[in-house]
Amino acid sequence: MYGKRWVIPGMILFVALAAFPFYWYAVGKDKPFPQLEMPKNAKACVEKTPFMRANHMRLLDAWRIAVVRDNLFVYTAASGKTFEMNLHKTCLGCHTSTEKFCDRCHTYNDVTPPCWECHLQTETASKGSAS
Amino acid sequence: MTISRRKFLKTTSVSCLALAAGPSLGHGYELLELPGRMSKGPEELKAKRWGMVVDMRKCDGRCTEDCIGVCHEIHNVPFIPEAEHQVMWLFQEPYENAFPDRSRELVSKVLKNRRFLLLCNHCDDPPCVRACPTQATFKREKDGIVMMDYHRCIGCRFCMAACPYGSRSFNFRDPRPYVRKINPAFPTRRRGVVEKCNFCQERLEVGKMPACVETCKKGALVFGDLDDPDSEIRRILAESPHVRRKPELGTRPSVFYLF
Amino acid sequence: MIEKAFHGGKGYWIWIIFLAAGTGMGLLAYLYQLKEGLWLTGMSRNVSWGFYISQFTFLVGVAASVLMVVLPLYLHDFKAFSPITVLSQFLTVGTLAMSLLFIFSDVGMPMRILNVPLNPTPGSMLFYDTVFLPGFLLLNLIIGWTALGAEKRRAVLPPWVKILIYISFPWAVIMHTVTAFIYAGTPGRGFWMTAIMAPRFLTTAFAAGCAILIVLSMVLGRLSSFDAGEKAIQKLTTIMFYALIIDAFFLAVEYFTAFYSHVPAYSETFRYLLFGIDGNTAFVPWFWLMNIAILCAIGLLAFPGVRHNHLHLSIACIVALCGLWIDKGFLLVPAAFIPNVFGRIMEYPPSWVELTVSLGIYCLGMLMITTLYKVTTAIKRETNVRR
Ligand code: SF4
Ligand code: SF4
Repeated sequence: MYGKRWVIPGMILFVALAAFPFYWYAVGKDKPFPQLEMPKNAKACVEKTPFMRANHMRLLDAWRIAVVRDNLFVYTAASGKTFEMNLHKTCLGCHTSTEKFCDRCHTYNDVTPPCWECHLQTETASKGSAS
Repeated sequence: MTISRRKFLKTTSVSCLALAAGPSLGHGYELLELPGRMSKGPEELKAKRWGMVVDMRKCDGRCTEDCIGVCHEIHNVPFIPEAEHQVMWLFQEPYENAFPDRSRELVSKVLKNRRFLLLCNHCDDPPCVRACPTQATFKREKDGIVMMDYHRCIGCRFCMAACPYGSRSFNFRDPRPYVRKINPAFPTRRRGVVEKCNFCQERLEVGKMPACVETCKKGALVFGDLDDPDSEIRRILAESPHVRRKPELGTRPSVFYLF
Repeated sequence: MIEKAFHGGKGYWIWIIFLAAGTGMGLLAYLYQLKEGLWLTGMSRNVSWGFYISQFTFLVGVAASVLMVVLPLYLHDFKAFSPITVLSQFLTVGTLAMSLLFIFSDVGMPMRILNVPLNPTPGSMLFYDTVFLPGFLLLNLIIGWTALGAEKRRAVLPPWVKILIYISFPWAVIMHTVTAFIYAGTPGRGFWMTAIMAPRFLTTAFAAGCAILIVLSMVLGRLSSFDAGEKAIQKLTTIMFYALIIDAFFLAVEYFTAFYSHVPAYSETFRYLLFGIDGNTAFVPWFWLMNIAILCAIGLLAFPGVRHNHLHLSIACIVALCGLWIDKGFLLVPAAFIPNVFGRIMEYPPSWVELTVSLGIYCLGMLMITTLYKVTTAIKRETNVRR
């Protein structure tokens, strides 16, 4: 092979560098799963917890498209309970503090969805206008 | 096996591209099977084609601060200090600016001193919808409202070039700091998207009339179904002569003016 | 082949460093714009498209002009164009890369740009541009690169490349026509809404493209052993000359319709550009300069003495380019917003951020073109020596 002397160590170095996050974060302990503050006024979410945990963003996406494009408004869950497809009323109505619910889990998973650039929860909104 | 460097580079770069393109194309758009089902709201106000009459005989332009104020407050419309970056859903213009295509000579006093209430016309054949490359702006077939999906808009502003009525505003700045009093029940917008009047879609779905119509004490704003021959709006339009803005462009606005 | 780009003299490296520095400056300005928002540009709710979209329009035109080289060569067997074919294809690659970057710099939500291919919208003209531009870029890169490889090995062009070349003929026309349709199909902007837009786009494109190719060939002739051949230069000059004349005719026709019909929707913008309205005259000198430059270029090129003297020819080309750039690369887009939809005159000056970002994109494009040309001239020299 042409330039074997440089290419092979180079490749090894590249793999080592590219795999950096894997072994760097493999050392150290798992952070404990964050404590989420559960809503006081409701026992169950729209759908079952495992489904919500895995799919809440897709559910919200589907809701948005249905409301904005197809004039739909009510969601009847598998349990038969009905909900308004409205992030502000339905979701944030129970999870009044995004900080103590959404953000904790998002931070733990190191994701930063841009939801709060537009949507507001009642608490931050009142804080914002007071200042 | 021997392969030339040329071939190696070609094959790797093409396969890397394919690897990168594959997942990015499917991302987030896979159809989710929801366990539940979706239906219409029980109180929703229904129409085939929503429209509005602005009766300039009743609107003297003195209290337009009220309807504009309410609209902008409930929809978190920012108040941007520089006029050239202003965001407006409901706004006012003098006759000759609202109707620049009509006669400007020897205009009657009644018209000359009026400030006309303007908003998105929710055109029946909207050029903004035709222009939008992502369908972030679209016309709802069910009720004729020209809506926007702020999650999808890429901010290309083709719709602004296409709208001949100046109904669309681009968020040149981050709007949040300029919203005077935030209404937490409605989202604000992000910097970099276009926005406009939505005919209070979020109120219609819970059985309420648009906020400006509800606010106007003088009954100058009438909202109703243009497709229903028995509606109040159709009765008014049948009785009085009316105009629309720039009808020659064929957009068929759903907002009518009486004067 | 690409390794040829790494062997160059001192001048070459100084030029590369200069372009890289310009690109870096543009990148910094872009990052600033990304952080702050588009209020840093001169655009407003009245003039919602400005310098970026103008550059995009102008550069797509230059890219489409490759047609004027490949068409005579492959359809009419005009052999004299073969030395400059690869050059014009690589020019297309560079200009299309720039056009795409200009669109990217213009949108408010660049991270969402994939929403365009993800939500295909056949009704939107901008959608077609996002399909045809990258397609044409790839097409020309593949054709040019393979042709160069074949030249190096002194082999004939593989047949599949021939097929790609034939595909590229209509592609060039369609690509620039849909660019014109972005404007020509817009109700309420009388300045744009004219059926002559697409034909005029093609003529200005061909004129600008040929002018740039002539100038580039002369520069390359000075810097390397590259020789475009007098026959090719003269043919390009002829194409440019007639394209300019047709463009001037199209412009005159536009003026007639606007000023004889007296319909304000068509004439107001022209009136603003020619004389200014209510003391607003920012674009007036530019517009006059454009008209004069195009007429001067036509006048100069009418003399055989100018056409056959390389220095004079280059000057005529640069004069023509000034006119064509002011027309399509500066005035055409923002002027349509003046007067705005409310009949008000709101003028548009580009801001320094806009200009710096644009400069950066031009530097990056020239960097691409320089490296591609370096490879081309190096390979051409090799084959010439061997011959
Ligand atoms: S008024 Fe403008 S924004 Fe509204 S529907 Fe008509 S074209 Fe679109
Ligand atoms: S700015 Fe947004 S809504 Fe307007 S055309 Fe572009 S993507 Fe569509």
